[in-house]
Amino acid sequence: MNALSRYRILLPVVSLAVLLAATFWMQPRAMSYFGLNLLFNLAVPIALATIAQMMIIMVNDIDLSLGAFVSLVACITATYLLDTPALGLAMLVTLILGYAALGAMIHALELPAIVVTLGMSFVWGGLALFILPSPGGASPDWLRTLMTVKPPFAPMAVVASILIAILTHFLIIRSGIGTVLRGVGGNTRSVARAGWSVLKLKACAYGLAGFFGVLAGMALVGLTTSADANIALRYTLLSIAGVILGGGEFVGGKVSPVGAVIGALTLTLAASFLSFLRLSPDWQIGAQGAILILVLTARLIFSRKGGET
Amino acid sequence: MTEYESAPIVTLTGVKKHFGPVRALDGVSLSIARGDCIGLVGHNGAGKSTLVNLINGGLQASEGDIAFDLGDTAMQAGVRSVFQELSLCPNLTMAENLRISHNALKGIHWRRQARREIRASLDEVFPNHGIDADTEVDTLSIAERQMVEIAIAFAPRGTSARLVILDEPTSALDAGIASQLIAHVKRFCAAGGAVVFISHMLGEIFEVANRVTVLKDGHIVAEHPTEDFTRQALVDAMGHVAADDPETAIVAHALGAEVVRTPQGLAARAGEIVGLSGLAGHGQAAALAQLFLSRSSAWRSGTSPDVVFVAGDRQRDGVLPLWSILQNISISVLRQGAKLGLVDTASEARVAADWKARIGIRTDDVQNPILSLSGGNQQKVLFARALASPAPIVVMDDPMRGVDIGTKQDVYAMLRAEAARGRTFLWYSTETEEACQCDRVFVFRNGAISAELTGADITEEKILEASFQMQTAS
Repeated sequence: MNALSRYRILLPVVSLAVLLAATFWMQPRAMSYFGLNLLFNLAVPIALATIAQMMIIMVNDIDLSLGAFVSLVACITATYLLDTPALGLAMLVTLILGYAALGAMIHALELPAIVVTLGMSFVWGGLALFILPSPGGASPDWLRTLMTVKPPFAPMAVVASILIAILTHFLIIRSGIGTVLRGVGGNTRSVARAGWSVLKLKACAYGLAGFFGVLAGMALVGLTTSADANIALRYTLLSIAGVILGGGEFVGGKVSPVGAVIGALTLTLAASFLSFLRLSPDWQIGAQGAILILVLTARLIFSRKGGET
Repeated sequence: MTEYESAPIVTLTGVKKHFGPVRALDGVSLSIARGDCIGLVGHNGAGKSTLVNLINGGLQASEGDIAFDLGDTAMQAGVRSVFQELSLCPNLTMAENLRISHNALKGIHWRRQARREIRASLDEVFPNHGIDADTEVDTLSIAERQMVEIAIAFAPRGTSARLVILDEPTSALDAGIASQLIAHVKRFCAAGGAVVFISHMLGEIFEVANRVTVLKDGHIVAEHPTEDFTRQALVDAMGHVAADDPETAIVAHALGAEVVRTPQGLAARAGEIVGLSGLAGHGQAAALAQLFLSRSSAWRSGTSPDVVFVAGDRQRDGVLPLWSILQNISISVLRQGAKLGLVDTASEARVAADWKARIGIRTDDVQNPILSLSGGNQQKVLFARALASPAPIVVMDDPMRGVDIGTKQDVYAMLRAEAARGRTFLWYSTETEEACQCDRVFVFRNGAISAELTGADITEEKILEASFQMQTAS
């Protein structure tokens, strides 16, 4: 077994480093506190959304409603949380509990998560439109301050990403409950046989996803200062791509929180990199897809080689 | 063990379990005391797995009573099981797998403790195992996974193990490791633990058990101390007459031209049954997989495949779990019956009915889901799938794992008949007895062929010699 297949985290790190080096080479001025802040500005909400998606993928499901959910949270944050903080907070907590209930329902009724979450994406989208029919609202001041804080040495986006990675690594990889949750993805039956309630575990995973989805929506409003019912729709696919890019697998409970955050950073950086290339925005989404395919191909080749030896 | 006999760990009285109209268990009474090592035998579908799942709390009895001496649940009473199909989380490390079933592991340093416990348990059961506590389970071989699972069952886990149920624990292990396990079971029972040992290898049952319980069609048909049984009496009680003498197996028939030759040295002629033997996990499965992949193409499947594959790891490579028995059989022949790319359902049904009768699949209706069958019958379906296709070469990756003697005899007969018609079989088996059924045997050691045996040279001694030679010489 070679190092790359043993340490799954290496490939995401290498991809990010290569892309970062290419960006700096194209645009040396990006190699500064201010430049990095611009490059990774939007990475924090994407990283949080990717972590949320990872919680779902960890238990062998997939969440197609995440983008709509983050948009809804953003709308609530920009309106209710601003005007009546208590009510806004209560709504957000209800949303997290709703996510947990959704996970319990998906498990109890043996429904395919892909269908349920696709349906829920319309519910979240509808609610978001109901709350904020036209773009608007404003960010609560404390949130704006938090998202634009300027820590020493490294910009906010980088520091926050590192914090998110470390915290979720401890939650998912190091802690006992995280281990059991990954076990659900690996072999649900053996977890159930050991006396765990899989229903509760799934509700827990979905609840965590809801929690990180809420954080993503709030972070997004803190950065953009206003919200819109469609503000984060592309997060659904970005988050899935981020998890996979970070060394996660769709089934089998193989996920890496550190990798997921790095995957989110890579995707954010890819967008900036393509702008530096002066590529027409029409082509950018396609080019982003090409980068994704490139990284996944590399991973496949390395894991094949690892399997052969 | 007379001093323990007054304290049964679990007592079953008149336990029945029905699955719809199927009576899996029909009034079983059994008590297991400390110090007992019960050998549980019975053919596939006799109700062994159901009985195990009732004792360990995986299933609820339809009727009857299950009582434990400590607490109300199997878990409180210290009942542990090792299941026939491997049930670890493949994405987790060994130590993390211990955490799943060990709630008492808490605090910041739970990993260190888990590592220590699993290592101690592995060292105790399988000295010199060479498995690292931080390896992820999916990088281990099947034999190593089984060892880990057994070690987890015997590990302290907060409460100590008092009754360990081992369902076919040795089917994936080679002889040396299996004897380590048997030695450990004896030690465990001598120290006041109890074990239920399920195995199709009667030699092991005789070696380890102090009491043998025979299950047949959901009833206990015989239960005596081991000394009171002979091998033949046990086989008779199970209801199958096993031809114990493999000499009769080989019927000389003309072999055709050589159809297989791999760079590794593996060769086979038309109509030949070629065995791959040696200790488990020494490259036999990889050799077969390479042969199969080199002879089949992912791009053009064609109407008549060259090679078909019979999987040993049913869940991973074999059954299509959501499909019916019929669909599981006919998947290999759809191309032959197809008209204009559409499935010919009439010929599909004909093939399934034909093979159900020929190979004796125990089901009322081939439209039933495949998972309604017991493990042995699922394996028969996989044989039917392979043999129904016109492919001249059949590759078998330890297909008899956990299959009862009766089924084995059926399949052996069928293999010989098919070989006589010119089909070639490449057969990897972990059981030396099966290798003796072959026309030619290649013994593998450390990923290479260490010996090629033919005719009268195929004996258990020669195979073992070729499997171990290097290790004794060095």
